[in-house]
Amino acid sequence: MFGTVNLTVKVHPVVLFTIADSYERRPEGGNRVIGTLVGNVDKQCVEVTNCFCIPHKEHEDKVEADIAYAQEMFELNKKVAPHETIVGWFATGNEITSHSALIHDYYARETKDPIHLTLDTTLSTGRVNMKAYVFVPIGVPRATSGSMVTPVKVQMTASEPEIAGLDLLHKTKHSKTRLVEPVPELTKIADAADKMENMLDIVIKYVESVLAGREEPDSTVGRALVNLVQSVPKMDPVKFEAMLNSNLRDLLMVIYLSSLTKTQLQLNEKLSMVSVNNIREMSKFLQIE
Amino acid sequence: MSDRGSRRNTENENRIESVQIDGLVVMKLIKQCHEAESSGNAFAQGALLGLVAETRPDARLEITHCFPFPGLNDETIDDEDFQLTMMRRLRQVNVDHQHVGWYQSAQFANFLSPTLLDTQFAYQTSIEESVCLIFDTAKTSQGFISLKAFRLTAEAIKMYKDGDFSPDVVKDLKLSFESLMEEVPIIIKNSHLMNALLLELKEQLPLDIESAQFLDLGTSGTLETQLRVMMDNVDELNQESIKFNKHQNLVLKQYQDKTRWIQKRQLENQARASRGEDPLPEEDISKAFKPIPPPSRLNPLILSGTIANTADEVSEFCSQSLGKLFITEPLQNAKMSASNAQ
Repeated sequence: MFGTVNLTVKVHPVVLFTIADSYERRPEGGNRVIGTLVGNVDKQCVEVTNCFCIPHKEHEDKVEADIAYAQEMFELNKKVAPHETIVGWFATGNEITSHSALIHDYYARETKDPIHLTLDTTLSTGRVNMKAYVFVPIGVPRATSGSMVTPVKVQMTASEPEIAGLDLLHKTKHSKTRLVEPVPELTKIADAADKMENMLDIVIKYVESVLAGREEPDSTVGRALVNLVQSVPKMDPVKFEAMLNSNLRDLLMVIYLSSLTKTQLQLNEKLSMVSVNNIREMSKFLQIE
Repeated sequence: MSDRGSRRNTENENRIESVQIDGLVVMKLIKQCHEAESSGNAFAQGALLGLVAETRPDARLEITHCFPFPGLNDETIDDEDFQLTMMRRLRQVNVDHQHVGWYQSAQFANFLSPTLLDTQFAYQTSIEESVCLIFDTAKTSQGFISLKAFRLTAEAIKMYKDGDFSPDVVKDLKLSFESLMEEVPIIIKNSHLMNALLLELKEQLPLDIESAQFLDLGTSGTLETQLRVMMDNVDELNQESIKFNKHQNLVLKQYQDKTRWIQKRQLENQARASRGEDPLPEEDISKAFKPIPPPSRLNPLILSGTIANTADEVSEFCSQSLGKLFITEPLQNAKMSASNAQ
């Protein structure tokens, strides 16, 4: 029973975005949004890859949720992503209410050991807090049994394309109108180079302050630094120059050839249109005769 | 909805100036397209939901939600049914339910195909403002998001309406491969809550997943694939050109035959008139010489468009690789001068 408390929950960013979006679209008067989480379960780790929200109403002592809706949405999702299964449910807000127990009961029937994720979209603590819980049954045997809500470790995970997407979305934080355009690649390279420069600055400052005795040297950092320096490949400078130059030449040639191809395409279009014109002129003559 | 009648009248002015996409849609697209790619499907398709901001003349299309279509290999699923059920369910949770377009994943700009144009035509005639969003999975795995929105131009729609792709029609409408599809600029928007979420995410994402992958110097692999694709397309375009040239030659020969035949008849008639006989009955020229059907210009246009797109992508890729090389050069020089100074 305690084995489940060693669970780690990994959440993809798209799940959080969907939850926030559902919260923004909630009906008038509602202040909580609930929905189903889908993903994969793998030994000690539950990976949540998608979610969808469910219309529900909360009253004093009972909860109304559209179960048919939940089942139908899951069927539809299964058609597109057959490997995803229900792994739990989410709710916005910061606390676990008694209604949560009722909802959790329903999900316990759908899948074994569902997890419960809360996302604090109301910003009650000034931050968007994300917590995950598992309901662990407790109680005396042969007497009333209940469940205890136990927090489990939750962390974000993202694949590389998702990180690239997040990088782009981050830029909206800095613009007043919250708009950003997808940037051309050269700008991205400049940005990445700037980032690297900043990181190198920080590292150099740290090294200097350690040498000047202002800071305590940390051996883990020192080892990491040694790894960093060692990982720069050692190459004969002449060979390196030659390799650089030949790469440069290749790229320039490719650029030249592709612009040549484009010009050829334009010519092709124009010439075929010219011949169409000629044919037309000739057939006009034929008609006149 | 009441001004839908007046919108139909101004069909020619119904341009979409820009497309505004929610951050949520971008993330969902990334997830779905990459999942499809890793699970072996050729490409992923889906529908876009949103609304049109009516501020004339700057008509903006807002995309607020999207959902994927089930895999194309499974024939038992009814597409229409799936779409309707999905949209009905989404409406219950207050998601904008106006269908404003569709999306497709692609590898390196090879998305132009007759099916794509057909689908976009069907969409654009039923829903005025629909766009087709192309998401490039190969480039995103390198670290660059590549999202493009396309619409068919008014001339292309006219050509599709007639269903006639002969060279004459193409010349009349002054269509070239560049004016087949027009690209609409994309803007990405996030709400304030999303911004707060992003700040939280930035702190939470473990640092070792952060990849500065696009600073990678190794470029030959992707370049090779792109160039190979381009070479294949150029070969096909060559074939189409040869077909077109053959057709032109045939038409020319036929024209010469016709002139000769007419002259012969005239001489015959003159000879008969001088002998006092009746002239030969007028024969219909077109029955004697059947008109040769011209080859469709659709394929060459598509191929030229694809080649132009690939050429653009290749140049962009090369320019950013050049940038990377230019960065390494002074670094290498600095290292050399440092080691020389010691």
